This record gives sequence, structure tokens and C-alpha cells, in this order.
Amino acid sequence: MIDLALVLEWVIKSLVVIFMLLGGFAYLTWFERRILARMQTRVGPNRAGWQGLLQPVADAVKLVFKEELIPARADKVIFVLAPILTVVPATVLAVVIPFGTQVILFGRQVNLAVADINVGILFLMAVASVAVYGIVLAGWSSNNKFALMGGMRSTAQMISYELALGLSFVLVALMADSLQLSEIVEAQRTMWFVVLQPVGAIVFLIVTLAEVNRAPFDMPEAEQELAAGFHSEYSGMKFALFFMAEYQKMIVISIIAVTLFFGGYLGPFIGRFPWLGPVYVLGKVVALLFGMVWIRATLPRIRYDRLMDLGWKVLLPLVLGLVLITATGILLADEFGNSLVWSIPVVSILAGFLTVGLVDRSLRRKFNALR
Amino acid sequence: MAVDFELIMFFILAGVGIGTAAGMLLSRSAVYSALFLVLNFGAVAGFYLFLNAPFIAMAQITVYAGAIMVLFLFVIMLLGAEKLTPPEVLPWQRPLAVVLAGILILEAAYLLFLRTPGLGEIQMPGFGPDTSPAAIGAILFGKYLLPFEITSVLLLTAMVGAIVLVRPRKQGGGQE
Amino acid sequence: MLFDYMAIAVFVFFSTAIAVTAILLGGLFGPRRKSEVKSEPYESGMIPIGPGTRRMPVRFYLVAVLFILFDIEVVFFLPWAVSFRKLGLFGLIEMFIFIGILLVGYFYAWKKGALEWE
Repeated sequence: MIDLALVLEWVIKSLVVIFMLLGGFAYLTWFERRILARMQTRVGPNRAGWQGLLQPVADAVKLVFKEELIPARADKVIFVLAPILTVVPATVLAVVIPFGTQVILFGRQVNLAVADINVGILFLMAVASVAVYGIVLAGWSSNNKFALMGGMRSTAQMISYELALGLSFVLVALMADSLQLSEIVEAQRTMWFVVLQPVGAIVFLIVTLAEVNRAPFDMPEAEQELAAGFHSEYSGMKFALFFMAEYQKMIVISIIAVTLFFGGYLGPFIGRFPWLGPVYVLGKVVALLFGMVWIRATLPRIRYDRLMDLGWKVLLPLVLGLVLITATGILLADEFGNSLVWSIPVVSILAGFLTVGLVDRSLRRKFNALR
Repeated sequence: MAVDFELIMFFILAGVGIGTAAGMLLSRSAVYSALFLVLNFGAVAGFYLFLNAPFIAMAQITVYAGAIMVLFLFVIMLLGAEKLTPPEVLPWQRPLAVVLAGILILEAAYLLFLRTPGLGEIQMPGFGPDTSPAAIGAILFGKYLLPFEITSVLLLTAMVGAIVLVRPRKQGGGQE
Repeated sequence: MLFDYMAIAVFVFFSTAIAVTAILLGGLFGPRRKSEVKSEPYESGMIPIGPGTRRMPVRFYLVAVLFILFDIEVVFFLPWAVSFRKLGLFGLIEMFIFIGILLVGYFYAWKKGALEWE
């Protein structure tokens, strides 16, 4: 039953995806530094190789030859384990994502997904929820009060935003009627879900920024007050693994956003040339990553209490409302004709404006009370 | 062939499950205990996969390994109780524990091998009925509707309980 | 069915292997010059004050408890979402009741200041 070709297929597909992410991580650092530099009217790394394209290689070589410190009284086992526990979930998230339909390769029908399971979305939630361990353990095992505080903060932030993340998964599941990611993409053949669910997509993008601890939600690693937070005691390759986890998470979460809201591998001529699938995914992902870098260049860091407020008091009720709006809209469309499906975007945009208005009012009130 | 392979996987998982459970009990550091328990939950999730119940497996990881164990870790850290002090040893307890454990094993063996007729064939459940999320939803929100709604009351109780226990100093919100 | 999960196991194995290799490489090539001062906790150059691990605010406990409860809710939501078209209006009403009961707790938490972060 277990035939060797199948095992070989898994191994090859896994390695291809893993190395794609590794290469993506390396060149995302270059991409980010170049773009940030451009936005700040600097040049950025341009010395190593043409346009600085060898910079990531140089960085990697440098990090390998760095001394690795383990602080005294640190818990050595967990201290070494924590970076691994952080980077593995960040990579494993990519395992259920379809990069295309089927292609013929060496006379075999090959699915362009490593494992297209029927509980794909729940798998994403499970892996995302396990991803917090690396960070909290890194903070704890360092025996450094800033690291511990940063780890705890980071964990609290991640679990707070995981709720809104899970609920936006529910939005997609409602519309696609499936938890399998390939079926979710196929359900967007006629229309990307971002059209039907613009507010949901925006909330998802905000939440993912918080999940990967990116600016403006990079509070847990705030240099000014926490001395880089949970990874302040890490150096050399162990630090590189944390760095890698952050950037791989950025990539993977962009791929997930593309799959859930922006039509995944779909695009023109995909029916005739299935190999275009990964290309479309790549293009859309690069667009989202550019957005993330742009946000980092534009927005200042959010204060920690505001950040928790945003998660618990704004995004959570908003997405809960969106779930009910979407469910009602689907029901209306089923009962009284398909055009009523447009009630979903209309009502949810209204709900979005209402939320922004309420936040604005409460902030103004606080400001006036202070004066 | 396929069955053999599954059997091997099963024994690996069983070893992991028992090993991590023992590790959790024996380790002197509360954080290590918590981590062993996470691994144990992972092994249990693996068993669910073998029973063709992927939904339950993923829910097990999300809720137990992902949420409840994070709470445990937080509690350990907020108490600063990472290192367990070795318990006081009462000299008469140890032989008594050995005797009692022996009796338990004998009793279990008696029940397993003598009282139950024919333990040989165990029917693998799950391969018959549909275990897709949609099917689970249909059953959960149809046949088991009342337990589901009661769950929400249970969750509400837990929420109120936690808030009352922690009892934040400041009542109401408003100011920074 | 189970095959897909074996593919996941293969994937997890290789990604772990790469992470472990990275750490081993660092240990192999990195220099090792230990000193007392270097292995002290880093506190921006100041002399470290007090123990490294200390008791954390109880707020984190509250966040974790609330997270568990809402996480369970989300896990319930997912099978509901994919069977919603079959359940129809009935499904919508039962979910309204479920959310309604939980919202009572949510607003209680809000009013009691449990969502407040100082």
C-alpha cells in the first residue's frame, strides 16, 4: 500500500516547499531592507553582488561564525529547543496550502499541494496555536526579566489575536462551505472572497500582522523598553532561527491570505496552463509583502494596552458581527435569490464604518478627559 | 502490509504517549512537566487520526495543546513555581504505595484476561461513518443541539468564575 | 486519508531537521570564549538587578482563560460554518442563542474591567 513513489513524492514536495520558504526568507530580508531604504530616501544594501542580491548569503555566513552565548542560570535544554519550536510551526503552516491544481510530471498526476486535508483550516488554527510555545519558552529559559516579559507579552498578544483570526477563518468557511483549502480556492472561481467580504479581508490582514509580531504590532520586541524582548539573549544561529521564523511566518501568512481571500492560485488561463498556479500565488504574495513593508515604514508602534484593546474590544466583536452578517446573507441569498448575496459586503462595510466611528469617539473622549 | 505499517506507527505513538506521561509525572520542573503534557496531547491527537477522526485530532491540538497548556504555563510563570521542592517523604507511605499499585495491576489483569471473553478482535471504529467536518456539524447541531447550547452556559460560568477570581482592582473602564 | 497526514509528518520531519542542522552549524563554527560578564543577563549594559524569572501579573492568567473559552467557541463555529447551508434558518437561530449566551459573559468581562490592560 505504501508505495515508494508516493513516499518519494512527499519527500520531494516537502523539500521543495521548505527550500522555497528558506529562499523566500533570505530574499524577503533583502526586499524589505531595499524597500525600507527607498521609502526613507536611503540606498540600502547594494554592495554584495548586483543590487546587493548576495547580501542574504553574506548575512548567513556571518551568523554561522558568530559566538553563541547561553546565559548563566539559563535552562539550557529549553533555551536551545525554543528557536526550533518557533521555526517549525512557522514552516509547517505551509503544508496544507494548494499552489495549483494538478500537473503531469514524469507521467504522474501530481497535486500541487503537499497535503490537502479536509480539515485544512482547523489545521492552520492548530499549528498557529502551538506556535506560541517557542516564544514563551525562549523568554522563560533566558533567565532575563526583559526576555520573560517580552515572551509573556508576545504570547498574550498572539492568543488574543488568534480569536479574531479563527473567526475570520469561519467567515471563509461559511462562504466556501468547506474547510479544505483547495475547495476554498475553487469556490472563488467566479469571484474572489475579498469582493464579498472586504471588511473580513482587512481584519484578517490586521490580525495576521499582530500574529507575526510585525510593525505596528511589534510591541513584544520593543527595543526601547524590553531590549528586544524574548530573543534578547539569543545570538548566532539561534537568533537567526527566530529571525527566520518571523519572516517565514510573514510569507506563509501572506500565502494563507491569498488562498483565503484573493483567489489563491487562480488567474487568467489557469485552466489551460496549471503551472501558472504557483506563479500567480507568488505574484499576489509579493504584493501583500510589499504592503507589510510599507506599513512598517509608515506606522509607529502601538502602545501595548491599545493593542490588547484593539484585539479584544474592537476586532473580536467586529468579526463576530461579520460572521452573523455573512450567515444571514447566505441564508437570504438561498431563500430569495442570488443577488441578495450582495447584502453581505454592503452590511459589513456599514459595520466596519460603525466600528471605526465608535473607536474614534471613544479615543476622542479619552483625549478630552485627559485635557 | 498496510496493517503492519499502521501497527508500527501505533506502537511508536503509544510509546510516545506513555513516555511523555511518565516524564510529566517524574520531572521535577513544572515547565518540563507542562511540555511533556503538550507532547502527550500530540500523541493523543495522533491516535484520533488513526481512528479516522481528523476533526477531533485538530480540535485536540488547538484547544488542549494550544490553549489550555498555555494557561498552565502562564500560571506556572505567574506563580514563579517553576522548581518544585522535593516533597516530604513519609517513610510508611512508600511500601504502602507499592502494595496498593500491585493490587491495582492484579485487579486490572484479572478483569482484562479472565472476566472479558475474547479480547482478540477490536473493531476499528470510524471507517464506516462520515467524519468530515460537515457531517460532524450536521450531527452536533442537529441531534446533539441541547448539549451544544448547554456548553455555552458552561463556558459562561467558567468566564464569570475566572473574572471573579482575579477581581481586577479597577471597576469599569474609561480612563487610561 | 491517513496518507495525507503521513505527508505532513514527512514535512515536519524535514523542517525540524533543517532547524536542528542550523543550530548544529552554529555550534560547530562559532567561537567559544566564555567569561563571567558575558554570561550575565543582558540589561542594556546595566548591572542586572534581582532574579531573572519573577512572578508575572495575574492579568496574563485572565487573558489565557478568556482565550480558552473563545477558542472553544471558534472550534464549534467551524463545523457549524460548513454545515450551515444544510441547517438553514434553524442553524442561524441556534448560533444566535449560543453567541448570545457567550456575549453575556463578554460584556460582563468588559464591565468588570477584565479586558482592561494597564
